[in-house]
Amino acid sequence: MSVARMSLRGRLREKGLDSVTLLVIPAVLFVLALFIYPFLYGLVLSFRPKAGGGWLANYAKFFSEPFLYETIQITLVIAVPVTLLNVVLSVPVALRVRLLRRQRLLTTILVIPITLGTVMVAEGLLTYLGPRGWLNRTLLEFGLVDSPVRLIHNYWGVMLSLVITGFPFTFLLTLSYVTGIDPALEQAGAVLGARARERFRRILLPLLAPGLAITLALAFVQAFTVFPSAILLGAPAGPTRVISIIAYQAAFEQYDYPLASAIAMLMAAVQLVIIMLLLGARTLVFRGPASSGKG
Amino acid sequence: MAVVSRDFQELRLDNVSRDFGQLHALRDVSLTVKRGEFVALLGPSGCGKSTALNCIAGLLQVTGGSIWLDDLRLDELGPEDRGFGMVFQNYALFPHMSVRRNVGFGLVTQRRPSAEIARRVDEALALVRLETQADKLPGQLSGGQQQRVAIARAIVVGPPLVLMDEPLSNLDAKLRLEMRAEMRRIHMTLGSATIYVTHDQEEALSLADRIVVMMDGQTRQIGTPEELYARPANADVADFMGYRNLFPSSAEAADGGVAVIVGGARLAGTAVGEVGARAMVAVRPDDMRLTGDGPIEATVEFAEYHGRDFYAVARMADGTELYFRSESRVVAGETVRLDAAPSRVLVYPA
Repeated sequence: MSVARMSLRGRLREKGLDSVTLLVIPAVLFVLALFIYPFLYGLVLSFRPKAGGGWLANYAKFFSEPFLYETIQITLVIAVPVTLLNVVLSVPVALRVRLLRRQRLLTTILVIPITLGTVMVAEGLLTYLGPRGWLNRTLLEFGLVDSPVRLIHNYWGVMLSLVITGFPFTFLLTLSYVTGIDPALEQAGAVLGARARERFRRILLPLLAPGLAITLALAFVQAFTVFPSAILLGAPAGPTRVISIIAYQAAFEQYDYPLASAIAMLMAAVQLVIIMLLLGARTLVFRGPASSGKG
Repeated sequence: MAVVSRDFQELRLDNVSRDFGQLHALRDVSLTVKRGEFVALLGPSGCGKSTALNCIAGLLQVTGGSIWLDDLRLDELGPEDRGFGMVFQNYALFPHMSVRRNVGFGLVTQRRPSAEIARRVDEALALVRLETQADKLPGQLSGGQQQRVAIARAIVVGPPLVLMDEPLSNLDAKLRLEMRAEMRRIHMTLGSATIYVTHDQEEALSLADRIVVMMDGQTRQIGTPEELYARPANADVADFMGYRNLFPSSAEAADGGVAVIVGGARLAGTAVGEVGARAMVAVRPDDMRLTGDGPIEATVEFAEYHGRDFYAVARMADGTELYFRSESRVVAGETVRLDAAPSRVLVYPA
């Protein structure tokens, strides 16, 4: 008889599997039914072009028509600056907010745009930024401009609405990473003679970097899949013809589901490439806990 | 940059106060620390000792009074400009930097040439005996090693003053004893002044040249370890310094000393301060002697075995508890007779 033979149950428990583990089954089924299956279905569908031709005909079509392939660039030109701007704004705000006592009030105010939803924010911006909106009327009244500034139905309208709806999201994520850093580390830096800028560069930023990579990835995905505000606030036929618009058009205006699927797959591929790059960069920096000691 | 120069004669706190809203964390604390001195701030938690240390470091602003390094006013300078070394309670090592880069942080800040940084970091690591761990991350080190990295990081810049905030409280008992000796050795090697915050009286007694006992944000007594141990200035300090036996008593003058009543028995004692008819009597458990004809009679309730001796709790005739140490075995239920030398029975005004 072997000396320390554990029961099957005991061995499973060693690996973190017990009866509670069964509770993940509904979630697994849910993901399989509503994510994995549609994804695979779409993938297969994209290789069955409606108009015939080879199994790659949809992809060939996408990359041969500027009207289609230019959308990748158009969407990146919107999504990348928006993502960077949101994250770059979030860091200093989060660093400041972490010191506030009434953090919860401010956080609540910042979260409101998330709860309103993109459509509501877009509607509000249409009125506010329009040629007869408050902003332009104020600018005209004070003689700062001669004619109304065009901020809607173009690139800037989409950009602004994505900043408004995306910032609270990146801010909350960044705040959680910032508050995870032991304040004693900054104090130690200060006592050792490092001023605020140097403390940020040598202590805070390296410790924040892994979290910022995740934040960038999530914020990018959010911005890259922009749809309602690109239509409502942008110029969906021109400078803001983002990739999700042509996917929509293929599916519901031309009823070409295979082409729409192919576009969706390409969209996923672009996102995947960017996220891989970000997370790859993450492995280059320190990824341990942002505090010290055994406390 | 107004980084404070290395040479100084004394650090002086003049009536330093710090309020947090309604809370007076520090009230009119005055203290002078001389060059090369090892001063311990000792007190129970919440007494303001860490607040005092943070005010000296510049991590907290003072709300009253001033701090001086000779004739340079410090309390208006930020922590970056004071040039002190500090060891934090949780060490606050930078988790993303190797031991070497942690220790070199302050030198890099001062824009020293890299050859000098390498040499001084090596010296500091040798002083704390961590040469072999230089390229590890703090997370890969044991608690005691992290502690030593924190010390090396604080002393590498050659600070005139090293501040330590309960640096041993996260270590186990054996390591604590080892590090205590280490701290003293490092202090003597460097010759800089050290201010050391602790709630452990034994630590303060063994390390410090002078001890500052703090309570409720105020200094209650400043003295050498011997003074603090043998002659606390008042009953509160006595209580904190291990005078477990504290009884209210009547007092009357008696041949050169003062006589008090403990557990119904009359005991000769030494007055500390102006003692009236009402007094507080303070005696260390170690100073109670078991003698066959002692005036105090008590029944042992229980005894703890402490290796070298027994620590016993007994109840006297009037019902009050009495703590004493005994080299011979005592058992619960046993009736014992106790005495104490008049010089070790301290009598304070009530």
